[in-house]
Amino acid sequence: MSISLPALSAQLLVGLINGSFYALLSLGLAVIFGMLNIINFAHGALYMMGAFCAYFLLNAFGLNYWFALILAPVMVGIFGMVLERTLLKWLTGLDHLYGLLLTFGIALIIQGLFQNYFGSSGLPYAIPDQLRGGVNLGFMFLPIYRGWVVVFSLVICLITWYLIERTQFGAYLRAATENPALVRAFGINVPRMITLTYGLGVGLAALAGVLSAPINQVRPLMGADLIIVVFAVVVIGGMGSIMGSIITGFALGIIEGLTKYFYPEASNTVVFVLMVLILLVKPTGLTGRAT
Amino acid sequence: MKKRAVAFLLGTVAALSVAGPAVAMDKVVKIGVLNDQSGLYADLAGTGSVLAAQMAVEDSGLTKKGWKIDIVSGDHQNKPDIGVNIARQWIDVDKVDVLADVPTSSVALAINNLAKEKNVVLLDSGAGTSDLTNKQCSPNTIHWTYDTYMLAHGTGTALTKSGGKTWFFLTADYAFGAALERDTTAAIKAASGKVVGGVKHPLNTSDFSSFLLQAQASKANVIGLANAGGDTVNAIKQASEFGIVSGGQKLAGLLMFISDIHALGLQAAKGLNLTSTFYWNLNDGTRAFSKRFQERIKTHAVPTMVQAGVYSSLMHYFKALDKLGGNPHDGAKVVAEMKSMPVIDPLFGKGKIEPNGRNIHDAYLFEVKSPAESKGAWDYYKLVATIPGDEAFTPLDKSTCSLLKK
Repeated sequence: MSISLPALSAQLLVGLINGSFYALLSLGLAVIFGMLNIINFAHGALYMMGAFCAYFLLNAFGLNYWFALILAPVMVGIFGMVLERTLLKWLTGLDHLYGLLLTFGIALIIQGLFQNYFGSSGLPYAIPDQLRGGVNLGFMFLPIYRGWVVVFSLVICLITWYLIERTQFGAYLRAATENPALVRAFGINVPRMITLTYGLGVGLAALAGVLSAPINQVRPLMGADLIIVVFAVVVIGGMGSIMGSIITGFALGIIEGLTKYFYPEASNTVVFVLMVLILLVKPTGLTGRAT
Repeated sequence: MKKRAVAFLLGTVAALSVAGPAVAMDKVVKIGVLNDQSGLYADLAGTGSVLAAQMAVEDSGLTKKGWKIDIVSGDHQNKPDIGVNIARQWIDVDKVDVLADVPTSSVALAINNLAKEKNVVLLDSGAGTSDLTNKQCSPNTIHWTYDTYMLAHGTGTALTKSGGKTWFFLTADYAFGAALERDTTAAIKAASGKVVGGVKHPLNTSDFSSFLLQAQASKANVIGLANAGGDTVNAIKQASEFGIVSGGQKLAGLLMFISDIHALGLQAAKGLNLTSTFYWNLNDGTRAFSKRFQERIKTHAVPTMVQAGVYSSLMHYFKALDKLGGNPHDGAKVVAEMKSMPVIDPLFGKGKIEPNGRNIHDAYLFEVKSPAESKGAWDYYKLVATIPGDEAFTPLDKSTCSLLKK
């Protein structure tokens, strides 16, 4: 195959777009795992709920994409907090496996319910008028909406990183993970903080769902198809590492994009091959620390 | 007392020996509807096909004549190994006589072999590969609704003749995509067009942007989508984002179901050409069936051609059983009987089953309406041309089926 530079740059950019979704989702997973020690398998289902939320806000209440961008993460985030309060909190201190099984079960129930009512082909959701069309970059035609997704998710990722690594709230949070008893002794409400953190992680998933609604169909299985890749991203990046998951998210999107150009048949397996290789060399992931 | 017991035993043995031949020919039928019930093909087949089978049982009138007909259904998840395991258990343990629907060509080809080995009937409605009635044909299989040859000679030929001389394929990387690309390439060449390139994508791909960019760069007149269901929907939706149609290239969804058009919305789908053998609003027969179907299905969707095919193929199967006077539990025998009878059907019109197992009926070239042209829910297609059955499907002299003695 002859390699042309324009085609290659186009694929790199497309990879970056997919990478933004991986980054947003794996970031949420990393936040939840880092703070709650829960492997949140319901993440894909909550991402899907975000997209459905956007669909309903538009079709039932006439609230457009921009409202959905704010409301959907809040609504799904609240749903997540209810989940945490009623179900997940009983798992504190138990083996990871319990959290995995519970959240996986929740994911199956949510997906099953949506599929029962909406079928599997999904519902259409249009790109907002302001972001329609595209610009010709010379080497490719870039849809404005996709450009927006990259910039917006990058900003959100950095804000989240700053919130957790650089603010006082983040410091409390990290301390509460290390030693909840001690932090409680200082008069900080640890259970409430954990609930809020779960809400934040879930909200990030829902936000990714809203972002993806105009690109993909709003389908009950949209999250199930994506979540496995995102887990691979988290594993490669190092479980619980915030910056690690952001960087790996974008990087893997690009690697996948290149595979689609050079050998498309392997494009849905390349991430897992990489995961195996990295785990062989560095079992804690790229940025993970041995515990 | 002992004497009575012995007599009773003898009586039972006698009764059993008398009942012996009747076991071979009884009035019990078990149907297995095997398809995708949870993945990207669940809306075009799925539980809708199970409902169609249920309706066929009710409409056949056989239960009133003393027949006992049961339906089981299963989800093959588009994986041949899972499909074969389910079917094997159905046949061995549950004594299933006929397997219906079976979309996803890779699964269908595997089930096709199993049905022959176990001598049960396969009435395939959902799968596309034309291999089922060519090199892989079987005396136990009838391919009912459509196939890749028909799709190629509908949409493929029509678009090439109307000026789409160069083609680029986006092909689903499994048996169906390969067969559809092969058959469409032949049709394009026959209409003096040319294939300039193609790319194979994995089944169930959510992001097509990389593949679409390659298609765009090829500068082909037509981008042929040799995929189905959710894959086609995603490809078309994302093609509009990358300005492919506004850039002068034409999209050809080579296999599109009404469930796909519904998912896309008319705004995104308007103007697309597609070939189908069934549309709910074709005539009184199709409208009546669709209305009853819509009332009973949870999503209130109209039937797809696959679901209509499940109904129609089972109706013909029941007619053959009725004529035989009982179920011989001999797949090849029932299929031979079905082939000997003309197919008369309110959904697909008059047809016939060729010796290679291909059911022949008319196909239709449709164009998707624009939102302004559509008068109501599910009013999506306008008829462009009717392709007579003899032209729509592989002519017998070109079929490579070994059942045809040449």
